[in-house]
Amino acid sequence: MAIHVTTSINAEPVEFLCEADDTLVHVLRDTLNLTGTKEGCSTGDCGACTIVLDGRLACSCLVLGVEAEGKSIETIEGVATPGALHAVQQSLLDHAGLQCGICTPGIVVAARALLERNADPSEEEVRYWLAGNLCRCTGYDKIIRAVLAAAQDLREAAS
Amino acid sequence: MRDAVTNRFKVIGTRSVRPDGIEKVTGQANYGADYSLPGMLWAKVLRSPHAHARITSIDLSAALAMPGVHAAITSDVFPDLKAGMEDSGEGEVDFHDLSCNVMARDKVLYHGHAVAAVAATSERIAEQALAAIKVDYEVLPHVVDIGVAMAADAPVLHQDMFTVGLAEPAAAPSNIASRSEISQGDLAAGFAQADIIVERSYRIPTAHQGYIEPHACVVSVNQDGQVDIWASSQGHFMVRDYTSKVLGVAVGSIKVTPAEIGGGFGGKTTVYLEPVAAALSARSGRPVKMVMTREEVFRATGPAAAGIVNVRIGARDDGKLTAMDSEVILDAGAYKGSPAATGARCMYAPYNCDNRRTVALDVVTNTAKTAAYRAPGAPQAHLGVECVLNEIADSLDIDPIDLRLLNAVDEGDRAFFGAKYRAIGLKQTLEAAKAHPNYHRPLANGQGRGVAVGFWFNFGLQSSATINVHEGGTVAVITGNPDIGGSRASMALMAAEALGVPLETIKPHIADTESVGYNDLTGGSRTTFASGWAVINAAEKIVESCRQRAAALWEVDVETVSWADGAAVCAGHDPLTLAQLAAKADVTGGPLTASASLNAKGAGPGFAVSLCDVSVDRDTGKVDIISFTALQDVGKAIHPGYVEGQMEGGAVQGIGWALNEEYIFDSQGRLENPGFLDYRMPVASDLPMIDTVIIECPNPGHPYGVRGVGEPPICAPMPAVTTAVNHAIGAHLTTLPLTPERVLAALDSL
Repeated sequence: MAIHVTTSINAEPVEFLCEADDTLVHVLRDTLNLTGTKEGCSTGDCGACTIVLDGRLACSCLVLGVEAEGKSIETIEGVATPGALHAVQQSLLDHAGLQCGICTPGIVVAARALLERNADPSEEEVRYWLAGNLCRCTGYDKIIRAVLAAAQDLREAAS
Repeated sequence: MRDAVTNRFKVIGTRSVRPDGIEKVTGQANYGADYSLPGMLWAKVLRSPHAHARITSIDLSAALAMPGVHAAITSDVFPDLKAGMEDSGEGEVDFHDLSCNVMARDKVLYHGHAVAAVAATSERIAEQALAAIKVDYEVLPHVVDIGVAMAADAPVLHQDMFTVGLAEPAAAPSNIASRSEISQGDLAAGFAQADIIVERSYRIPTAHQGYIEPHACVVSVNQDGQVDIWASSQGHFMVRDYTSKVLGVAVGSIKVTPAEIGGGFGGKTTVYLEPVAAALSARSGRPVKMVMTREEVFRATGPAAAGIVNVRIGARDDGKLTAMDSEVILDAGAYKGSPAATGARCMYAPYNCDNRRTVALDVVTNTAKTAAYRAPGAPQAHLGVECVLNEIADSLDIDPIDLRLLNAVDEGDRAFFGAKYRAIGLKQTLEAAKAHPNYHRPLANGQGRGVAVGFWFNFGLQSSATINVHEGGTVAVITGNPDIGGSRASMALMAAEALGVPLETIKPHIADTESVGYNDLTGGSRTTFASGWAVINAAEKIVESCRQRAAALWEVDVETVSWADGAAVCAGHDPLTLAQLAAKADVTGGPLTASASLNAKGAGPGFAVSLCDVSVDRDTGKVDIISFTALQDVGKAIHPGYVEGQMEGGAVQGIGWALNEEYIFDSQGRLENPGFLDYRMPVASDLPMIDTVIIECPNPGHPYGVRGVGEPPICAPMPAVTTAVNHAIGAHLTTLPLTPERVLAALDSL
């Protein structure tokens, strides 16, 4: 039987119905049409479905839709403000940090979360933070460079 | 022909932001699984639980009776196509095999082989309905290892398959689909001249292309038989043509709209789902969506061929190669068509040697039908030759780059595979490797270095482009190759260059199969080369039209009108820009539009060099890449950032194949690691930065000097990494991947 869930997505109140075993990524993509969150594996191994759930990074394929009840969800659709990309998004563009782009939403959400916690990460810290986000196209090099450059941009903007 | 060498570029070679970038960093870009239609059903595929079995019966009735189920099919709904290779435009395809791979007839040939499919109102109901389908199997003996599959007493997959290419016609069916041989000179004499001969046998595991986006499509078949497909692929014209064959429906009744593609690397160069979804849509009268799970991707979509590569090379004391003899045995999976012969044609391509031979064997096994994976066959074949060359260099105490420079091919040399090289950058690339600081970094204890060369032919083939100039002077550049890694950026750069207009005015689009001329696959490293060429030709037609229109407006001879910086120029008149001419299009002959198409010849071959330093933990056997340098002759880098991206991505895929990635089967022939946790691709924390060096030896066969870029990068990493590990531990490991277990065993046996 479908369960009614009340939650917040990208600071908007949202209600939906889901089955008890529906995953959150399924709800986001197929019920709410928030298809920016990608599903690459359904087992929490690729990070393409990365979201922020009550301030913590999560693979939305490992979260049930019903677990969203009363919580706050942030997805890729909420990262850019109208007319302005987040520094991580702009930096990925500037550094050719994406090829096919399917991992990019997850990378953006994860990297933004890193920079909110650590304004000046080392290369190694970026590599370990993003170790749960698979990218098969880039070999990671330009992604890492883009995140380091975004961190610097944000520091300069803050100073 | 424009002179590529002296061409001076204004925007080509700049690191512009890709035109499709914002959609991709904001999540707005639509990939295969992001499409849906009103009234859409979800379909799922029932897959074989056995590696090899005869299907004795399939009963769909219980599934069809379930509420919410609208259609269920077996292979009965597809026409039984004639066996035999047909030219598909880029290589030959046996559509009987392709159809049987889409859905099994008579026998299942691998664990995961599609058997039936169901369309229902939800994914959940479709999955439940699969469980209600009753299939009876007669389980048959199976074989998943190519070495075992070649034995005389091995279970035979196809009773009607007799080895092609033998001196005597084969007397009995065999898992060896074909044998092909190329030889030159006198091998015995060549080995007799050698001062040193090294012979090794290498084993390469099955690896998956590992694209992050699972296969997905939405298909709608109307009452009038029109088939509309939205799918992620490496070529929507291929999807149209292959689906047409499998369904027995005319090409003209199928329209394919390309979704964004979330990686392919060769693995999305065939169809799995589209004909199934079309058949279900036709039966249900509803649009049908299909999305594979990751497990399905691993079990049932084309991995790269496992291989056995046997190499014997002789050289004189001075390093000159005297004889090369190799056998390349590659796994086709369930149906013939491994890239063994292709790999064999690549493996000696970087070198001159008078006496040499390759034998290529195409072998079938009870595993998923393999598909292309970036320079198909070449990485496996290069592993053998390059590792043996490094051993020869070690034995002769010659620098391994010097050994290669001594034997390297150059312009005018005839390649092993037959063609005569035009300008190539192999020697330049080797010299750059030798001069690179990473090649001179002192190695610590437990560290090792490896160097290797890779080669890929690069393809040309058919491409089309249309350019529409809008009022206001912006320019739509319409092509038909899915953008797998930034090709919209390269199309825009080439169009801006050819038209002489600002890059920001160019809007590249990838059109459906009805809205642009035919295009072969996004594959063979051909998109920037061939589709880019079509764009250049279309742009030149626009320029020609603009000159004529300006001449008419000025009432002068067209020969007095030239084109400079995006404007028609003529003495005594103010220049007319593209925007101004577009505004006057209605009075100068109508809309400003041009199309061009070609079957591009002259794809310049690509050579790459990998330098790799590793560190080996002697307690755990773990290998760390501490430095990796990818060098490559790319002809002309249209967008250097995305060229480097190809080099870096290919390097890391090669590193993964060398160190971690392999298919592991249980005793029943079932894949044991069909997920990203157990099939471990490199993650960010496994790697250092990848240093890249772009060499530009312009391809004389392209107006802007372009060579294909995407495939050479994966050819050299496996031998470079393997040699580095062997140097670090003083062993001769020849079986990949070089897992901690294998490395520890080698250390223990020293």
